[in-house]
Amino acid sequence: MAEDTNHNLIEALSVRFGDKVTSVTEPYGLLTFETSKDVIIDVLRFLKEDKQTNFNYLTDITAVHYPEKQQAIAVVYHLHNMVAKVRIRVKVFLQEHTPHIPTATVLWNGANWMERETYDLFGVKFEGHPDLRRILNMDELGVHPMLKQYPLEDPNRVDKKDEYFGR
Amino acid sequence: MNFFRLIMSDINIVDAPPGIEGSGFFATSFDKVIGLARSHSLWPLPFATSCCGIEFMATMGSHYDLGRFGSERLSFSPRQADVLMVMGTIAKKMGPVLKQVYLQMAEPRWVMAVGACASSGGIFDTYSVLQGIDEIIPVDVYVPGCPPRPEAILDGFTKIQELVRNESGRRRHSPEYKELLASYGIL
Repeated sequence: MAEDTNHNLIEALSVRFGDKVTSVTEPYGLLTFETSKDVIIDVLRFLKEDKQTNFNYLTDITAVHYPEKQQAIAVVYHLHNMVAKVRIRVKVFLQEHTPHIPTATVLWNGANWMERETYDLFGVKFEGHPDLRRILNMDELGVHPMLKQYPLEDPNRVDKKDEYFGR
Repeated sequence: MNFFRLIMSDINIVDAPPGIEGSGFFATSFDKVIGLARSHSLWPLPFATSCCGIEFMATMGSHYDLGRFGSERLSFSPRQADVLMVMGTIAKKMGPVLKQVYLQMAEPRWVMAVGACASSGGIFDTYSVLQGIDEIIPVDVYVPGCPPRPEAILDGFTKIQELVRNESGRRRHSPEYKELLASYGIL
């Protein structure tokens, strides 16, 4: 059943968006595809409002940093069709020095805090967001800490020096 | 009478401080009397953010009963509190809040860091967590443990009482103390 649903979804997406939908995979049965930032809102609107797809619920927006990739920031959208119990994952890869992408708040108000969190931790700028500022970290932090060039540990820690562990 | 002896435990009364005693008078120093009185009527302000706070609830409960040490009355206003008990992970975003609470307390004031997180950041060696509250406010007693058992919290509390009992009345006016506060940017 799940394979049929995913197949129909791929069909519908490729009819509508053609080669804008790429890298279609189904890890653990979860349909995943990539698209580009110029059509992302159209893709999300289609997935949300089309009677066939009907992904009415935005589960999460997050990002991943792949420093080794040419397009290093992946923004990930998780959608959920609550009627048919189907989930889908949409990825958009962005350039690291210009991580700009249109906001999804035009479709879901719930995207507001998710985009603020993604901005806070990864520095992704959601264009058109009504109030894009940090949500979790302190305002003076100065960096987007989930980017891999920043260390995870706090530099002020004094009891983890190598000499205490014989290193 | 025997019945009461069975159900009531013996009541302990602290010894009088050393002094000169005679017929109709007793002379000692203010430091000793005030220290003695204060140490048995400390009002704690619980600043509980995580699992150490749960242990503190057990400490306040009837089984361990912090009230036995003169601290039955918790103060949820910093203005009336004597001891700030910080229990749990303090995120950097919470840092200014904690400092504001400390600033609102009247002198003399004491601070107890309960548990690994409040003392050193604990397992949360990460960009978002304060690596010990002594980065922002001075601490008098550290209680180790993750979380510490109620006995450990009580032990730390008796250490605070010891400090209170033996503190000189002039300590808060001393240049050393002012220097300590200045090193935290508090005047």
